[in-house]
Amino acid sequence: MIVRKAALTPVRYAGSSLRELAWHTQRYFTLLWRSIHGTVTRPFYGKDLAVQLDSIGVGSIGIVILTGLFTGMVLALQSAVEMRQFGATIYIGRLVGASTVRELGPVLTALMVTGRAGSGIAAELGAMRVTEQIDALNTMGVDPVRKLVVPRFVACLIALPLLTIITDLVAIFGGLLIAVVKLDLTFDLYMRSVYSTLAQNGFLLRYIPIDFVSGLSKPLFFGAIIAITSCYYGLSTRGGTEGVGRAATGAVVTSSIFILATDYFLTQLIIGLFIE
Amino acid sequence: MSGTRDLLWDSGHLRLEREEARRLMEEGGAPSPQSSDDPLISLKDLDLRFGDHVVLDGISLDVWSGETVCILGGSGAGKSTILRLILGLIKPNGGQILVRGRDVATASREELLELRKDMGMVFQEAALFDSLTVYDNVAFYLHEHEDLPEEEVARRVDESLRMVDLDPEQVEDLLPAELSGGMKKRVGIARALIHQPSILLYDEPTSGLDPITTRTIDDLVLKLQRELGVTSVVVTHDIRSAFRIGNRVALLFGGEIVFQGTPEEMMESGDGYVREFLH
Repeated sequence: MIVRKAALTPVRYAGSSLRELAWHTQRYFTLLWRSIHGTVTRPFYGKDLAVQLDSIGVGSIGIVILTGLFTGMVLALQSAVEMRQFGATIYIGRLVGASTVRELGPVLTALMVTGRAGSGIAAELGAMRVTEQIDALNTMGVDPVRKLVVPRFVACLIALPLLTIITDLVAIFGGLLIAVVKLDLTFDLYMRSVYSTLAQNGFLLRYIPIDFVSGLSKPLFFGAIIAITSCYYGLSTRGGTEGVGRAATGAVVTSSIFILATDYFLTQLIIGLFIE
Repeated sequence: MSGTRDLLWDSGHLRLEREEARRLMEEGGAPSPQSSDDPLISLKDLDLRFGDHVVLDGISLDVWSGETVCILGGSGAGKSTILRLILGLIKPNGGQILVRGRDVATASREELLELRKDMGMVFQEAALFDSLTVYDNVAFYLHEHEDLPEEEVARRVDESLRMVDLDPEQVEDLLPAELSGGMKKRVGIARALIHQPSILLYDEPTSGLDPITTRTIDDLVLKLQRELGVTSVVVTHDIRSAFRIGNRVALLFGGEIVFQGTPEEMMESGDGYVREFLH
């Protein structure tokens, strides 16, 4: 007899949902562990990694450039409105630099890559699942985690920090455009302002700004989240093409929430470790 | 009256199919299945449940070397699940699945990989890798597992494609999306054949195909049995195909095998469900 969830009492329903959550959590972290293990042990799929780097990394460059440019421009514009009242427009570079490098660069890049590549990964693996291509791999003695998940995992770990650097630079450039064209600041003044904020929290190993380290450590975590969440949803797909759609949506929503939550905890950790 | 006439017509037609298939096999000098040795595949008291839903309830079935066994049954009867159990893709709740005497259900991952080297699977929708060409699909196993020079891989791919009556020059560079349903199935069979397994598992090889292509695929299954001596387990709901290609048939209903025997025995069976299924 099939017991339907709707027929359960609230307490039993909560128990059943918690069991399901625990089951998914265990499988999620198992996938993460197998991906890390697959990254450092043979066989390596170099060609597949190159394809994924091209798809996830190179393919996302356009979208992160646009994101960075408009984010930097709008940050400069919005802050100018407030700062003009106090005659403090010379500090626009500080505001754009700090908010971009510390928070907006990593988070917006991760969210854009989630929307673009994460949904693609979930849909591709989901389609492979429902058309039995994953079973075909297993049948031919090929581990789908090593063949499909590990190249995407490594590609995300490599691509996200690089894409974040691009977003940061383009956002600072976007702020510069507004500062020079609309606010009559000089290039030199704006760039000094940006540098001063990066130097504010000190340096690691004398030369690397702490803000930069903080900004580039986050994308590593975000890359892992995007890859594992998207692959998990893709590989767990059930129910034909409708299931593929659900997997893609689920991957984007869950990855985005995980990214925002992880960002908070990482920021707390970085402040505790380096700044306080 | 009309129902009885249809049944008689169907029975006569099935008999003709059967006779033609036998003649084809005899002309080809097919080796007769070896029933004297231990079975190549043996399912013993196999139970499988998904939650509270009983899929298989204590089924037992032996497949001997060189024979083709067709598993018949309605949609959702658990036919394809049997193939997945044989491959070790899912584990049963009880019973044994012996392949060459080794229990798939308790095999380690390494043992499973070893066992699967001797098996090829033809999926219902072919399950070709969308992003790879026909050549790369067929060569996939060799590229993954065997360190062969590309000329040797190309030779083996050509051989496999010709075995399934496809012209390598015409199809090798095509993507799966550019193939017809029948061609996809053939490429799927060529891919399953590339590492020369002695066991082939077919999941609904003729579903969704027109009658002429269905016959072509049936003839191909017969040809592989005749020329390569492959042992086959074919899951199908197409009674005509089963009668044409199967040395024996098993009928699955309600999680149990309600009949197993030769097609001739099935035609003469008095069991109510068997009669209903034949009709």
